[in-house]
Amino acid sequence: MNHLLRSHAPISDAGWKMLDEEARGRLAPALAARKLVDFSGPLGWEHSAMNLGRTRPLASAPGEGVSGLQREVLPLVELRADFELSRAELRDADRGAEDVDLEPLDKATHRIAVAENVAVFHGWHGAITGIAEASPHDRASLGESAEAYPRQVAGAVERLLCNGITGPYGLALGRKQYRRVAETAEHGGYPLLDHLHKILEGSIVWAPGVDGAVVLSLRGDDFAFQSGQDLSVGYDFHDGDVVRLYLEESFAFHVLTPEAAVALTP
Amino acid sequence: MGFDQYHEPPDELPRATRTFARLCASLTEEAEAIGWYEQRLAVESDPDAAAVMRDAQGEEFKHFSMDLEYLLRRTPAWREIARGILFHTGDIVEHAEEAEAEALEGGGSGPAGAYEDGSLGIGSLKGASR
Repeated sequence: MNHLLRSHAPISDAGWKMLDEEARGRLAPALAARKLVDFSGPLGWEHSAMNLGRTRPLASAPGEGVSGLQREVLPLVELRADFELSRAELRDADRGAEDVDLEPLDKATHRIAVAENVAVFHGWHGAITGIAEASPHDRASLGESAEAYPRQVAGAVERLLCNGITGPYGLALGRKQYRRVAETAEHGGYPLLDHLHKILEGSIVWAPGVDGAVVLSLRGDDFAFQSGQDLSVGYDFHDGDVVRLYLEESFAFHVLTPEAAVALTP
Repeated sequence: MGFDQYHEPPDELPRATRTFARLCASLTEEAEAIGWYEQRLAVESDPDAAAVMRDAQGEEFKHFSMDLEYLLRRTPAWREIARGILFHTGDIVEHAEEAEAEALEGGGSGPAGAYEDGSLGIGSLKGASR
């Protein structure tokens, strides 16, 4: 048994299978950052820091005639979303009920996926520098009309090309912006989504938590997501009525090439 | 120098996928070498030469196993299937069918979790659309 303490929970094997499948199915659509950046790991719950290969000077040395440096690392962060499930619902699931109320789990998956997206794209103060905040490029506004999006996205791609950043390129769209794109057909009925695909030559992803949009290169080696413990469901405690569980992960994120992305404001 | 291990344009592949492909190519080469030494040993009559070849084949066993372990650590579903097949007695095909069903249909879940670290095994989604 590891730190997730799953075997202490009053949940059957079939119940755990149901919860894991539900969590996996709900998380995958919303984990936008993992669809666009390089992922490495998982390296385990014990893994605590990403190696940056850099050092910083120290004010003094512990003896005469020697010098010293201190390694710089990027500590992993832990994200956790707690939730409670009804034990009566879990018992009904074991009886074969197919309409089990897993809404608290579903909401927790959304919360943690959004938090991961926000941390990667916009940063986490004091812990992670996000793609949008690291980008040195001016931010253009997408505006209210989705018909203007191709011009803004093409402009962002051109800015990346001017900086020697090759494609293919990806596009992370905030909820409102994604909805506008999906529902819009340009003059002549050509779907806007297809037009943007032709400009980018890469993925367009629904990115809840992103404010506006981010255009970024998918060539690799520009954005590094390092996973310690990958997303997991763990056990906290239970009483006669509910079982308290949580979703958890540990990760670090490092922008290697700040100029490889352009943020677009709403 | 060739880049035959890449089936898709290398420039479009993430670094992790390029490493994965290199290790797959290495795994293939080690398996070929094991087969070649097996053939050489089968026809070699000089016991000293055979001893050298047997030692060399042992190296290839080690290399193959290291490559395989690296790949399995990065591919949870593959690892789960391999766990159900390797080092068991009995019907290999039967074990394989059971292991595949367990791994790919999520049957391996439970208190221990579907994956070795107890995680959901989501990992990278790069290349997925929407």
